[in-house]
Order: sequence, then C-alpha cells, then structure tokens
Amino acid sequence: MNNKVTRNLYLFPYALWIVLFVVAPLLLVLYYSFFDIEGHFSLVNYKTFFTPVYLKMTLSSFWYAFLITVISLIIAYPTAYLLTKTIHKQLWLLLIIVPSWINLLLKAYAFLGIFGTKGIANSFLEAVGIGAKQILFTDFSFVFVSVYIFIPFMILPIFNALNELNPTLLDAANDLGASKWITFRRVIFPLTIDGVKAGCQVVFIPALSLFMLTRLIAGNRVITLGTAIEQQFLVTQDWGMGSTIAVFLILIMFLIISLTGNRKRGV
Amino acid sequence: MVYKLDQRITPLSRIFLVLIFFILYAPIFFLVFYSFNSGGTMYNFKSFTLDWYRELFQDSRLLIIVLNTLVIALVSSLFATIIGTLGALGIHSIRKRQTKNTLLSLNNVLIVSPDVIIGASFLILFTMAGIKLGMYSVLLSHIAFSIPIVVLMVLPKLSEMSPTLIDAARDLGASQWNVLTKVVLPFITPGIFAGFFMALTYSLDDFAVTFFVTGNGFTTLSVEIYSLARRGISLNVNALSALLFLFTLVLVVVYYFISQRNRPGRWGVKK
Repeated sequence: MNNKVTRNLYLFPYALWIVLFVVAPLLLVLYYSFFDIEGHFSLVNYKTFFTPVYLKMTLSSFWYAFLITVISLIIAYPTAYLLTKTIHKQLWLLLIIVPSWINLLLKAYAFLGIFGTKGIANSFLEAVGIGAKQILFTDFSFVFVSVYIFIPFMILPIFNALNELNPTLLDAANDLGASKWITFRRVIFPLTIDGVKAGCQVVFIPALSLFMLTRLIAGNRVITLGTAIEQQFLVTQDWGMGSTIAVFLILIMFLIISLTGNRKRGV
Repeated sequence: MVYKLDQRITPLSRIFLVLIFFILYAPIFFLVFYSFNSGGTMYNFKSFTLDWYRELFQDSRLLIIVLNTLVIALVSSLFATIIGTLGALGIHSIRKRQTKNTLLSLNNVLIVSPDVIIGASFLILFTMAGIKLGMYSVLLSHIAFSIPIVVLMVLPKLSEMSPTLIDAARDLGASQWNVLTKVVLPFITPGIFAGFFMALTYSLDDFAVTFFVTGNGFTTLSVEIYSLARRGISLNVNALSALLFLFTLVLVVVYYFISQRNRPGRWGVKK
C-alpha cells in the first residue's frame, strides 16, 4: 500500500526531531558526565557526586521540593474541591490558571518588592507589632514564592479529577451512614488520587530544578540540583560535573514519573 | 441542581477561596500599581506618573528585544506546528501498539524534563554540532521543545475522528492528497490551532532553555527581565510587566474562545 510511503513521509521530520533533540541530548549528557574538567575520560565526577557536599545538596534539594509539593497540595486540594462546587466553575478555573501564564520571572520580581526590607510585608509586620525582619534571601521566601508559583499547576489536575467524580457515589456513602471525613478518606480521595499524583509530578520535578528562583529570591542560600547544574555549566564551565548532576536529576525524574504513574489524562 | 450544589459552600470556604484568589493576584497588581509610582521604588507611593512607560517606549534596545521575542515565538511555533502535526498524523497511522507507545514516551520526554536539563543538553548539542550560540540556536531549541506539545494537542482530535469518514472519502474517489486536505485537516484544525497557541505561550514564557543556549549578542525578554531583576528594582520592569499582563489577558481571551470552539460545553456555562 502506498499508505506506508505517506506515513513515512509524515514521520520523517518528526523522527529526525526525536533523534536530534530527544535522544541525542540525553546521550550527550551521559557522555559528558564521564569527562573531567580537563577533558580526560574519568569517573571523577561520579566520585565527587558521592562526597558529603553533593549528597547534602541533593538531600536539601529534595527536602525543599518535598516541602513545596506538600504545602502546595495542602492548599490546592481544598481550593480545587471548593472550585468544583461553584456555579461558573470553568470560568473560576480559568481565573486560577491566568497567573500561571504571567512570566515566572515577573512574579519572582514582584516578591523582590513585596519581601524587601522596606517592602509591604515588612510594613505589615511592623504594624502588627512584630517588627521588620529579613524576609528576602531566606529559605522561607524561597518556599513561599515557589508554592505561589506552583499552586495553579497543582490545582488543575486535582480539579479535573474531582470534576469527573460521580456525585452519586457521595450520595451512596452518605446513605450508608459515612461521616463527611470517612467519605473523604474512603471515597473522594482514593478516586482523585490520579489527579493528586499528576499534580505532585508537575510540582516536584520543577521544584528540584528551578534555578532562577534560588538566584533571585533565596540569594544563593538555597542550592537546588538545578542551581548546581546552572552553576557548573555557565559559571564554573565544568560541563562534566554539570552533566553528572544532570544525569542524576534525569534518573530522579524517571523514578518520579514511574512512581506517579503515566499521566494519561493530561494536565 | 447546580444551585443546590452551590448552597453547600459555607461562608468559611468562601473566605478561603477569596483569600486564594487574592494571594494569586495580589503580586501582579502590586507590580502594576507601582509602575505608576514617581518615587522610583516599590514602596512609598509618591505620585502618579507615566514616566516609566515613556522610558520603556524610548528604550530602542528593549524594543528590539521584544521584537526578537515575538519573531522567535511566531517562527518557532509555526515550524513546531507543521512538524508536530505531521508527527501526530504519522503516530496516528501506526498500527503496532508497541511502536506507538515508544514514540509517545519519547514525545513526552521533553515535556516532563526540567528546563535546566533541556537547556544544558541543548547547549552541549549545539556546541558539538558547531552551531554558533545566538538567534538560530534559540530558534532551534524553541522549535524542539514546542513540537511535543503540538503532538499532544493534535492526537486527541485524530483519535476522535471516525475512520469511516476516510473510507467514505476514498469510496467517493478522493485521492490521498484530497483525503488529507479536504477531510482530515479540516477536522483536526481546532487541535492544530490549540497546538500552535500553546507553542506560542511556551516560547514566550521560556526562560531557562533560552538562558542556556543564547550567546552574548542575542536576548529574549525573559532573559532580559532576569538580568534586570538581578540588578535590583527598577520600575521599568514594572511598566513592562503591566504591559505583558495586558498582553497575557488578550491571549487568555483568545485561548478561551479557541478552546470553547474546540470542546463545546467544557468551558463556559452549560445550560
């Protein structure tokens, strides 16, 4: 059949893209991770990665990503739940998504003003009587701004999962005498776990790797895996070490994706 | 029924929702508000001025950067849409499930990959291939990371299409080309538009990948905002963000209408 010919014609540019921009870059990162800063083949980068300095950095990066994901989830779940109960829910959802379309750097920049020494947050603290504090360039500001940025991405998949929930199931649980809490724990939450997983995936992976936030908001006090990669590639110019960290980040990424399952429903 | 559901929102949860919306929008309006401050800082509002906007429009370097960003976004989305649509058509026509799944997983790699990984690996790629960092490397990377999203927007439309439609066209004597241009493409047009639009927003929003693969001579808006913000507060950036916010709102409205045409009843109010 000449169907096959056309199909191959369609697939050719796309396959070329996959080879050049998906497979090749991943292999190149792996290849570069075996070279030290002078360009000699060695495993020194892997040795360096398993020293306390890098392991500590990886752990703290994980800790921050975990905190950011958990806090986002705690805020996003009730929000998504309440949104499904509003009248014009799709419109409200759209309004939740709009801030995520504003350039991330501008939002980070806004917090430079809000959290600054004379910023509005400090004026508020003074008015309340706590007194001005150093807010910018602390771990608190990093976690706060990250959660702020990721909340819409967490709300969206949870909202979709809750929206697909069959309301008769809730009536059934109610009829069978389940309390509100039991209904939530045994019916609502298990049925929307896919949305929660998808949300955690879209938050956790970027939270490990956003380097501009740590640079702008945390003032290099927080170093995530992403910051380390950017540092090695663009400042130290040690591409080998940068690639090694990238290899581990990629491994972590695949691990998380396999843990949170395939996002079949999409975001 | 809908009304009854709404009754279940207690005043407390209403306050919670209002608070969430407030937190989400307050920083943006904060930026816009201080773009009118003649004081030059993001505290202590002195008096109303449009100076920052005037300065913005007189800054020819910045205007060139805006132009660069728009050109990159439009050209990369166009190429990504063409390649992505062809790819979706190809993937759709594959019968073997395993091949299809492999292609789909490879397709999703760039979507889930953190920007830092994409940026760093493309930097290695371009250096190895001997492509000079600058406009072309940025353009190529933007095309590359926009393709998978176009595929994901077009594929559902293709699977929605009934295969009998194509059989009917063939029976009526349509050539392969005619089937494609007169039957398939018109059917998947909403998906293609949505893909193009998403690619456009991806490209406009991207910072990290561009930051890695751009050389000294070429800058996009995000990279410029980053370097301005690292230098501290300047209300030019506020004025810029106000304009970008307006632009985003326009895009959102356009997207709203596209998606409404795409999935009737999904967005907006259903009677």
